[in-house]
Amino acid sequence: MTEFRTPDEELGRFRRRVLVAGIVALVCFGLLAARFYYLQVVRHEYFHTRAEDNRIGLVPIVPTRGAILDRNGVTLARNFAAYTLEITPSQVADLDETIDALSEIVTIDARDRRRFRKLLEESRNFESVPIRTRLDDAEVARFVARRYRFPGVEVQARLFRDYPHGEVASHVIGYIGRINLRDQERIEERGDTANYRGSDHIGKSGLELSYEAELHGVTGVEQVEVNAGGRAVRVISRTPATTGSDLELTLDIELQKVAEAAFGGRRGALVAIDPRTGGVLALASKPTFDPNLFVDGISTADWNELNDSPDHPLLNRAIFSAYPPGSTFKPFMALAALTTGKRTANQAIADPGYFSFAGRRFMDDKVGGHGMVDLHESIVVSCNTYYYQLANDLGIEGIAGFMAPLGFGSRTGIDIPGEAEGVLPSPAWKRGRFKKPEQQRWYGGETISVGIGQGYNAYTPLQLANALATIVNGGKVFRPHVVRHVIDTASGERRAVQPEPIRQLAIKPAHLAAVRDAMVDVNKSGTGARAFAGAPYSAGGKTGTAQVYSLKGSKYVAGRVRERLRDHSWFIAYAPAENPTIALAVLVENGGFGAQSAAPIARQVIDYHLLGARLEAPADEDAGAADAEADSHAGHDEEATP
Amino acid sequence: MTEQRFSPLRLLVAAIRPIDPILFGLLAVLLGYAFGLMHSASPERIASLLVNSGVAVAAMWLAARLSPQRLLSLALPLYAGGVLLLVAVDLFGETSKGATRWLDIGITRIQPSEIMKIAMPLMLAWYFQQREGHIRLREFVVAGALLAVPVALILIQPDLGTSLLVAAAGFYVIFFAGLSWKLIVPVALVSIVGIGAIVGFGDQLCQPGVDWQVLREYQKHRVCTLLDPTQDPLGRGFHIIQSTIAIGSGGVLGKGWTEGTQTHLAFLPERHTDFIFSVLAEEFGLLGALVLLASYLLLLLRGFVIAAQAPSLATRLLAGSITMIFFTYAFVNMGMVSGILPVVGVPLPFISYGGTALVTLCLGVGILMSIQRSRVLARG
Repeated sequence: MTEFRTPDEELGRFRRRVLVAGIVALVCFGLLAARFYYLQVVRHEYFHTRAEDNRIGLVPIVPTRGAILDRNGVTLARNFAAYTLEITPSQVADLDETIDALSEIVTIDARDRRRFRKLLEESRNFESVPIRTRLDDAEVARFVARRYRFPGVEVQARLFRDYPHGEVASHVIGYIGRINLRDQERIEERGDTANYRGSDHIGKSGLELSYEAELHGVTGVEQVEVNAGGRAVRVISRTPATTGSDLELTLDIELQKVAEAAFGGRRGALVAIDPRTGGVLALASKPTFDPNLFVDGISTADWNELNDSPDHPLLNRAIFSAYPPGSTFKPFMALAALTTGKRTANQAIADPGYFSFAGRRFMDDKVGGHGMVDLHESIVVSCNTYYYQLANDLGIEGIAGFMAPLGFGSRTGIDIPGEAEGVLPSPAWKRGRFKKPEQQRWYGGETISVGIGQGYNAYTPLQLANALATIVNGGKVFRPHVVRHVIDTASGERRAVQPEPIRQLAIKPAHLAAVRDAMVDVNKSGTGARAFAGAPYSAGGKTGTAQVYSLKGSKYVAGRVRERLRDHSWFIAYAPAENPTIALAVLVENGGFGAQSAAPIARQVIDYHLLGARLEAPADEDAGAADAEADSHAGHDEEATP
Repeated sequence: MTEQRFSPLRLLVAAIRPIDPILFGLLAVLLGYAFGLMHSASPERIASLLVNSGVAVAAMWLAARLSPQRLLSLALPLYAGGVLLLVAVDLFGETSKGATRWLDIGITRIQPSEIMKIAMPLMLAWYFQQREGHIRLREFVVAGALLAVPVALILIQPDLGTSLLVAAAGFYVIFFAGLSWKLIVPVALVSIVGIGAIVGFGDQLCQPGVDWQVLREYQKHRVCTLLDPTQDPLGRGFHIIQSTIAIGSGGVLGKGWTEGTQTHLAFLPERHTDFIFSVLAEEFGLLGALVLLASYLLLLLRGFVIAAQAPSLATRLLAGSITMIFFTYAFVNMGMVSGILPVVGVPLPFISYGGTALVTLCLGVGILMSIQRSRVLARG
């Protein structure tokens, strides 16, 4: 390495290195000069011809987007052709003047102008930007006759996306919208730029987003001769575009309609799954929105209305909102008891109406208790005391360890985007969730709340429906899916989305049967009996009530609590009991007791699914009010809990 | 300084004294190219180019007025601040085009990796100055570490182009400080063999699904497109094909100002930024390109002369490194546009549209002027 040198030697060496650097620079520039000479002199003729040929331009042919069909072939998303009036900003001297002049020929309202401004900001100068979409024939004729006055303005035939069912199933189907800068960056990142040359719409949510690659298709290329002004005069060759694949869903749009209608004006969510395959039959989130609003760029007023509404219509409650499961958690707890051997089916406990733990009393709903309660009875009458004790015996690690494989607290992997994880509470979760050491500690009393589905645990309706499907199909955990077939429109080849059992749980059939029998009796003689009275089939179910607001020390009376603070109403159900083809979870936000508002919705959906008939009478919201006062009220009995 | 009476003439003389006429003349030629080409490629940007060049020349003038010692005293805070900002970018930065490069500081968005292009050579020059007379292996190891940290932070954004430029800027200081040829030659050999392997086995390596481990997917595409641009004429190869057509069709004398068909039929992508050289070559031909090359060569020559005559170790290293940065920008940009280097997103120095790069480069010119002036002062 370097030895001691005099400053002069140092300087000398530095100057030699500068000389080396200079020589390198000179050589590199020589290389460039040689390259320029090669391109501009040696191969000039060739490139000159190529540049002339470049008057032969490559024009992308945008593929037609695939359609979305329900399980019976009913169209849920399709395309239709319409004319748009488009302006190429770089070819127009004064945009405002041009638009004013155009508005004398075709209707251009303030909304069109605002949308144009927004799109203009997001587009490049030489791309044409639509000022009006869906021109009618008279408007097209009027413009074409005056086209000479408007250089840089053109009428284009374009395909538009249409969702014929409007608000129905919009959270599943999603919508497309114009490609914005962020989408553009994602496309570039995927290395898909060429395929999107010419496309101006892209899936933004739901299936339109998650199956974007299948739906979009492959862009074609047309070689055209362009004149000096860049306008195409003759087509030379053509590689046609490949239409995107169609999606055929497992979803039944008629069942979906029944489900959404059953909610009436109430907020909530419903997920119905075929337990044999994991295929989603219906997935509703109420209120919903009209996806057609988004296709041409949503107006600010519409957007604000959707986004600022206290009902949050854009939120997909079925997969993103997590709620405490309430008593619907009890069948799963019962299964944990049997599987771990902490209880046998026949073992009964005495319920005095409360459970004492660490000097506190955890209350049952029934004053004085249910008497001697075994596992079957505990589900049918929804006995809290049984589960307080059980939770204490299992311990929080035992509960979390059993529930995790059922999919509680982890994403199910459904093929629509935006799924939430939910919360499966455990001491480890609490340590990660909170910062202060005193908050990080797990308390025994918290385990007891978890036992009846209150406390920290929170699951999405999808997770609950999928866990129920696992109980009724013999312990197979499926990855739920909405798409059944991806249909290649060119070859007609149908690629099936295979039912994907993620795992088989080692639960004894006898244990599953014990829990299922109890759930069937819930609908015969228990908390679900009223909703399922007179059903010509046998169904299993379980009510649940998720506490929204803790009323410390006072009795919960639905009428006295403001609507938004009322409990959420849950119902999980499956049918037919012998060989289930549907398993569902219903949640009605602020619906009060589960039997009151959620169970009738489940009944209507199962009726339609099995019998093909709608219950004509709408659910009577007050029908169960009297029961609710007297009957199980899981959330509000922990008066002694902190 | 003696008390001087206010006089506009004297003020003017004082104002232009720090300006080196040769460097400024060359800068004027290059900016002249910038305005001429912008008028052809993207006339609506002339106004903002005017603003950018105004700010850039002001930055140059400010840097030229400061003494090299003052500039070097900024090295450590600039470097440390830059590294902190880069960490902040990796943690909270805004993502754009798949890379997190920008930091939103409320009023405006800044790109800390740009700061590093100046801070890096300043820092290393300052460091070697501190260790002057004791520069051994240990000093080179420390310098290497000072270089590696910001380069790694920029690389994970990911921004291969800028990280290579910052790495080059730092490497030039280390090279001029006297890093042994025994270390330089093997690295150079490995690079040449590596590039040779990619060119030789390009077909196999560019198959889809082949994971290149160290490079991201988009970087792989860039290299593969260079090897065979015709593979994907609508997509990634489009830029290079169109720009070589533009250059080649320009011929010896070019098609004439604003007469380029490639430029005006919108076949040329990014024609006001990275690909502006193709506009030049199409409209002004080989002649215009060679005049540009000559202008850059003169700029480099002036920079090397200033470096060779600089009064101290730090100023020598700084001047040499800045000059080599100019060379790197110019060579990489013209190389990629003419299809002998991969497209890495390096602007043509002083000519491509882009305010930050122009200001950074003019700061570099200002530093050279400051060093040149300190030599004059030292002597006289």
